[in-house]
Amino acid sequence: MNKITNNKAWFLVLPVFCIVAISAIIPLMTVVNYSVQDIFGPDSRFFVGTEWFQQVLDDSRLHEALLRQIGYTFSVLLIEIPLGIGVALTLPRKGWGVSACMVLLALPLLIPWNVVGTIWQIFGRADIGLGGYILNMLGVSYNYTQSSVDAWLTVLVMDVWHWTSLVVLLCYAGLRSIPDAYYQAAKIDGASRWAVFRFIQLPKMQSVLVIGVLLRFMDSFMIYTEPFVLTGGGPGNATTFLSQYLTRMAVGQFDLGPAAAFSLIYFLIILLVCWVFYTVVMNAGQREEQ
Amino acid sequence: MKFQKRHIALLVYILFLLLPIYWLFNMSIKTNTEILGSMTLFPDNPTLANYATILTDPAWYSGYINSMIYVAINVVISLVVALPAAYAFSRYNFTGDKHLFFWLLTNRMAPPAVFLLPFFQLYSSVGLFDTHIAVALAHCLFNVPLAVWILEGFMSGIPKEIDETAYIDGYSFPRFFATIFIPLIRSGIGVTAFFCFMFSWVELLLARTLTSVNAKPIVATMTRTVSASGLDWGVLAAAGVLTIVPGALVIWFVRNYIAKGFAMGRV
Repeated sequence: MNKITNNKAWFLVLPVFCIVAISAIIPLMTVVNYSVQDIFGPDSRFFVGTEWFQQVLDDSRLHEALLRQIGYTFSVLLIEIPLGIGVALTLPRKGWGVSACMVLLALPLLIPWNVVGTIWQIFGRADIGLGGYILNMLGVSYNYTQSSVDAWLTVLVMDVWHWTSLVVLLCYAGLRSIPDAYYQAAKIDGASRWAVFRFIQLPKMQSVLVIGVLLRFMDSFMIYTEPFVLTGGGPGNATTFLSQYLTRMAVGQFDLGPAAAFSLIYFLIILLVCWVFYTVVMNAGQREEQ
Repeated sequence: MKFQKRHIALLVYILFLLLPIYWLFNMSIKTNTEILGSMTLFPDNPTLANYATILTDPAWYSGYINSMIYVAINVVISLVVALPAAYAFSRYNFTGDKHLFFWLLTNRMAPPAVFLLPFFQLYSSVGLFDTHIAVALAHCLFNVPLAVWILEGFMSGIPKEIDETAYIDGYSFPRFFATIFIPLIRSGIGVTAFFCFMFSWVELLLARTLTSVNAKPIVATMTRTVSASGLDWGVLAAAGVLTIVPGALVIWFVRNYIAKGFAMGRV
């Protein structure tokens, strides 16, 4: 669509600009301010330059948390994206089943994040939870409060449970936009199931998959509430991800300087990855169109 | 038959989704002795005592009311400011529009943990700490960009000729917007409201940090109760079930638009 150039449109954008500026720029400035100062009280603060940044970059526990976070986020993407596509392909296309599936699939997304943690906390316990009970009955020794591997896996399964629906719904929206004629043409050509998927369905899902991957990357990279409720970051530090570590630093120990420096680095990592991914995929898409 | 196999996979997945929720519900209608004493797939003596505890104790039910209030304020603010902005992004080119759009989206990418402390200080310093407005405004950080993003997608699907015809017919911009354009994107507005509701309703970290007593949301009540009074599993499960109910009701209303909405109106 051709758009008219009209700078008066700024007036329409102004309210959004103001409200987001209040809730984004002022806090961000505060963070920047903290990250270069050492604050003892309201009147005694010293400029320390990049000291906090250096301290944060040398923090070995932070490196562990970062590695854990990266491993976790990649596992989440590797499981949820293919599973989401798979489930979306099995959904019915018309009839009453569509509405029913939509509601059931969207249900986990509407549950407050701490309740998601609570649900899995209960479900996974060996004494009162169905999941933990069945696993132990099958002879798998499973206890997410003791074993760090179990805890990590529980957080992962919880995330799959919680967010795969998002990918499913996105893919389903993409699939529904494919006209029937495409499938008929494929049938006449005798295309295999795989060919239909690869050359008709996947390209149509591309733009929604970009949204899906971006959202899942961002949200799993900032995951806080669910592991906080489920495991509290333990046992040990097995499920302490970046947000947990940051919150502990800022609110628990009140190390404002390092916490602020860390916040900025954290934010920049997310921005950078999202920007690179977005640009690469969009450019690839444009090349294909040409 | 091929179709049968597909449906079995789907059923297994939905079972996987529902089982933990069922278990929560199951526990909410058991007594604590039964929860801890034996493993039963169905409760022996279903009881509503846990729900009664929540619905009669102000410490519990005020949490739901507080959550509803700030979610409602947030949805209204987000929609009111996002509607004109989304129109501007979908219809006009203006200086810095692309950058502004990306900058808005970056706020959706910001980890709430980063903004925790500055928010706390900002709202404390202007005397808004522990009010519903504070939480509603804080949630605008990610809901307003999201609302602009979704609405822009829906608005771009409306042909521009409609605007032009209306202007030729002598409609002023506000009148056109209110009487013609908004009815045209009803479903988009519904979906946007749904998403603002969803992300505001499920958020814990900011809501918990910005409130202490008067505006304490149910999600904070739940986490604090667990740590304070040991583990009353039955009541906790009942509180969890009650937080799912509003969401389930809201989904029902937008079920036909959900898929498109999740794709941000971009399909």
